[in-house]
Amino acid sequence: MNETMIDIESLCFKYRNEDPDWILDHISLHVEAGEWLAITGHNGSGKSTLAKCLNGLLVPEQGSVKVKGFFTSDEDSLWEIRRSVGMVFQNPDNQFVGTTVRDDVAFGMENHGVPREEMVQRLSESLELVGMSEFQGQEPHRLSGGQKQRVAIAGIVALRPSIIILDEATSMLDPRGKSDVLKVMHELNKTRGITVISITHDLEEASSADRMIVMDEGRIVREGTPIDIFKEPEGLVEMGLDLPFTVKLRQLLIEENGLNLSEKAFTEKELVDELWKLQLNI
Amino acid sequence: MMNIIIGQYVPGKSILHHMDPRSKLLAVFALIFIVFLANNWVTYGVIVILTLVAIVLSRVRLRFIYKGLKPILLVIIITFVLNAFFTKSGEAIFDYGWFHLTTGGLQQAAFISVRLLVIVIMTTLLTLTTTPIDITDGLENLLRPFKKLRFPVHEFALMMSIALRFIPTLMEETEKIMKAQTARGVEFSSGPLTQRIKAILPLLVPLFISAFKRAEDLAMAMEARGYRGDIGRTKLRLLKWGLKDSLLLLVVIVLIPVLVLLRG
Repeated sequence: MNETMIDIESLCFKYRNEDPDWILDHISLHVEAGEWLAITGHNGSGKSTLAKCLNGLLVPEQGSVKVKGFFTSDEDSLWEIRRSVGMVFQNPDNQFVGTTVRDDVAFGMENHGVPREEMVQRLSESLELVGMSEFQGQEPHRLSGGQKQRVAIAGIVALRPSIIILDEATSMLDPRGKSDVLKVMHELNKTRGITVISITHDLEEASSADRMIVMDEGRIVREGTPIDIFKEPEGLVEMGLDLPFTVKLRQLLIEENGLNLSEKAFTEKELVDELWKLQLNI
Repeated sequence: MMNIIIGQYVPGKSILHHMDPRSKLLAVFALIFIVFLANNWVTYGVIVILTLVAIVLSRVRLRFIYKGLKPILLVIIITFVLNAFFTKSGEAIFDYGWFHLTTGGLQQAAFISVRLLVIVIMTTLLTLTTTPIDITDGLENLLRPFKKLRFPVHEFALMMSIALRFIPTLMEETEKIMKAQTARGVEFSSGPLTQRIKAILPLLVPLFISAFKRAEDLAMAMEARGYRGDIGRTKLRLLKWGLKDSLLLLVVIVLIPVLVLLRG
């Protein structure tokens, strides 16, 4: 049994008291150390709000959010929570605080009072990790969106976090920037055991997660491995989500062509292998 | 668009470039007052020579200094003319009704113009040889004592550095909005003046809305990264005070008694 990183007990939240409906409606969720959890849902399903509850940017109205044993409602532990839960936001420009890459990576460490010698050491280490070492002195407007997001990740990694939340962090990036960012994150997830929570409406991206939850109107409506969820794609499209290409293809092949595909064929490679096998059987 | 230069900093490797921003700030600030000690040819001569030495030491091309002077040149000329014609002392060179041109007037006009020139050149040299972010750091450091008086020194410096960081971003955004509005038929560069001023509105409104959105996002991101003001904060940027910085201040300090002795 893995260590529990995040423990959410029937969390309820709304932005204004007079709003009739909860934005987050009795959400309970456990996140274990080292896992990659994807939270999906259409715009306004509450997934970004949920993300902001995880590091105490928003505090629950009812229920509780516990991160590594600390409650986010406890102001004294808020800084420790924010150190161990890093967050990469959607817009690469609007989270770049420093005037250069170096300054930006250091910003979080400065806030947490890391001594300077250690700061310099962690700085080069984390820039190395995201492959941005050669851009140390660059100004933000000379970097691409993907590069800025990797700098943001470096700034978080420098704080030695346990969890990194990607809040739609790849939605404004071009395909290249997106795959660079995801590659770095997978690396961190595997080698450093950092728990990743990726908030996204891109099911393609979500399909590489260990576990996936689908949110709709502030509630968790589906939960399971991506395979479990894509096995029964019914309802996902109605919720405004676009299925990954391979899942759609598999479905059409089964429905229209009557092919006998197994329940594992979801990634491109699996699907191709499966089709080869079919051909061999004939 | 990718080569936006903020402020007027000219990269270089001169001795002035390598000095601590604090010493430069202090020296310029002091010189602005010290210049007023000069009141005769000798003292003005000393100050002019010092200014020339500073220009040579900065190794900045004169073109850049002239650029810094240009906006103030007209003011200097007007000051010269007013002083020359309305000061009555010494021998008259020319006298007609309201206008009196006297030797004393000319001298006075020259002195005041030189005073203005020296002040502007000194501050220009500071901004030419120091990056805006270094100036901000230097100011934050120098103003530290005022924290006790509850002056928000740290916040002020952070505000400055964020403003500097967002200038290129907002300029890019302005260009984007301009293109978008031009595509919708707004004309920014032609038509009568009133129309062109009106055309600014569809540019400013989206720009402001987006700037506020950015500010909100940034505040959220800063908080997520553990920002809580000045409490328990360490700094990556270091200011290094060297021998040349002490020397610069020494020169400035020695200048005061020298000028006091030499002034008439």
